[in-house]
Amino acid sequence: MSVFDDLVGQERAAAVLVQAASAAAEAVAGGRGAGMTHAWLFTGPPGSGRSTAARAFAAALLCPDRGCGHCELCHQVAIGSHPDLESVRPQGLSYSVKQTRELILRAAGAPTLGRWRVVLFEDADRTTEAAANALLKAIEEPPPRTVWLLCSPAPDDMVTTIRSRCRLITLVTPSAAAVANVLATRDSVPPALAEFAARAAQGDIERARRLALDEETRRRREAVLSIPVSLSGVGECISAAERLVKTAEEEAAAATAELNETETTELRKAYGEGSSGKGLNKGLVRGGAGALKELEDRQKSRATRIKRDTLDVALLELVAFYRDVLAVQLGAGVVLANEDRRADIDDLARTTTAERSLRRIDAIMRCRERLAANVNPQIAVEAMTLALRP
Amino acid sequence: MAATSPAPVTLVLGDEELLADRAVSAVVAAAREVDPGLELHDLVGAKVEPGQVSGLTSPSLFGDGAAIVIRSAQDLGKDVIAEVVKYTARPAEGIVLVLAHPGGVKGKALVDGVKKAGAQVLTVSKITKSGERLDFVKGEIRRAGRTIAPDAAQALVDAVGSDLRELAAACSQLAFDTPADRKGIDAAAVARYYRGRAEVTGFTVADAAVEGRLADALEQLRWALGTGVAPVLLVSALAGGLRSLAKVGGAPRNLRGGQLASHLGMPPWKVDRVRRQLGGWRADGIARAIQAVADADEQVKGGGADPAYALEHAVQTIVACRAMTR
Ligand SMILES: [Zn+2]
Repeated sequence: MSVFDDLVGQERAAAVLVQAASAAAEAVAGGRGAGMTHAWLFTGPPGSGRSTAARAFAAALLCPDRGCGHCELCHQVAIGSHPDLESVRPQGLSYSVKQTRELILRAAGAPTLGRWRVVLFEDADRTTEAAANALLKAIEEPPPRTVWLLCSPAPDDMVTTIRSRCRLITLVTPSAAAVANVLATRDSVPPALAEFAARAAQGDIERARRLALDEETRRRREAVLSIPVSLSGVGECISAAERLVKTAEEEAAAATAELNETETTELRKAYGEGSSGKGLNKGLVRGGAGALKELEDRQKSRATRIKRDTLDVALLELVAFYRDVLAVQLGAGVVLANEDRRADIDDLARTTTAERSLRRIDAIMRCRERLAANVNPQIAVEAMTLALRP
Repeated sequence: MAATSPAPVTLVLGDEELLADRAVSAVVAAAREVDPGLELHDLVGAKVEPGQVSGLTSPSLFGDGAAIVIRSAQDLGKDVIAEVVKYTARPAEGIVLVLAHPGGVKGKALVDGVKKAGAQVLTVSKITKSGERLDFVKGEIRRAGRTIAPDAAQALVDAVGSDLRELAAACSQLAFDTPADRKGIDAAAVARYYRGRAEVTGFTVADAAVEGRLADALEQLRWALGTGVAPVLLVSALAGGLRSLAKVGGAPRNLRGGQLASHLGMPPWKVDRVRRQLGGWRADGIARAIQAVADADEQVKGGGADPAYALEHAVQTIVACRAMTR
């Protein structure tokens, strides 16, 4: 058993990483360690498991057994408590130069346990340009035992200079069969449900897992997929848009509330507030109020991001739906992502043209662009649902 | 009006200042009606000295009447309160005493005391419900011998806000400004009155745009931008105007009146207005117009273009979409 077993459908990437881990072990033992690199860039579509792959590699570097997957050190990497693993996940829409500089300082120290000092930087594409420049310097002249693992959806998302100094690990969208297999074997999901979730999630393992394990997620997907047939007139389009945005807000609120609560409690503890805690800022020692304010700003920024990401998931589901319609119209004999919506899809395929389906997919993509450009979600989604009308 | 003399002691109780002032004036006016020669003493609570009330209410040598008004009566001293309560129990002939108290705990002894001693109580509490505010506006206009359409009254409340003094001033101005040959005041008159006076809101721009009044819409858009209305607010007002069209236009045909209003979650007067605005609009036009607004929002949010230009373009597109025959 090895940490790389967690990578689903990523045989090529895993082979490269296993080899690099051997070279790294050789370097730790005093050998040449040819084939080991200080900067890695993990890219791949959403859900392909970029951070899972990077974390597995981190474990392989920090475990004396090259990532056995069951020792104490592997466990520490998995839960993020290993002293030589610096895990970063930008919580807001961007990662500042100040935060990056602090990170670089932390990364420069010698490894506590004598192997490597590993920085796992998820969503590294969210660094600002200034932050990326600071990062570049650190990557160009790394301390001998520091390893940078950057994750980003596509290599283009990173500035060229950074990309060119990293070794690229490209992850692919795993097949539905591979995802279903993982769900069935690891999460004990009944085969039929696993297969449904894997197809509906289109290769996004995390999404597939949530669809398989969480009924609420399935209910929300149902709500999203019932939208296309409901769009009979302008009034319905407006109310469908309202539902979509509201659902995303609720989902984001649920996701953020829990995170915020824990963080705030921890910060209060760190600043010495007792359990009595009355009032928002009372009882915090000097500097506590400022830190609390900073945390609240970060949380707000994260909430915006989660809301946007959640809405994006819904939009991608709609894209998949119309792709299915298109597939039927073009007579492509593929298995549909939304096989459970077969009747609706066949209906639409019959009553509209392939050109119309393409234009609808364009309208959804345009909505995603607008959301990325910070357009008011309600307006952007209304413009989209109106464009999806028959 | 027949001259009926007011109660010897009146307590005007409540925190709606305008109504309290009016109630006080009404009592004084009624007293004048009975005794045109009466002397008026207008006092504030904090400055009333012990003994002063007894002095003013003691029978005068010539038997002249008097009206004594004590405003902010909550500030009266303890001794004065006792004096006033005692007087209320045995008021003097020909004297009218009016006490204005905002309610609340301060000086509550006065309220309780004079009530018990038999003072007439007029309550003037704050108007909080929007329906009451509309009734107030209608009443004000009626006082001026005019009438006002429900949507116009609503528009006035929307534009002025909840301050009764400002509402009353606006009503009297509006009644004065509207030509005498037109008895009723409609929404257009309210809009005319407010154009250039109050800050032009995004809603004014949106209404003009969806009604196809291009010149008006552009003029008001410039005015709004000039007075510092944020471009994003204008974008969302435009979107709101179109959204209402889509909602009302796309509502089930069998719904009417209050049912329709509650189905849409809009006040009835707004449904009526949107209904009128819908003339000339078709589904495709609305869909296209909303695209234009989404584009404008993108540009305003930093797509590079000048926000004023982006908004003007959106307004022009909306007006053009209205004329679309399909
Ligand atoms: Zn291990």
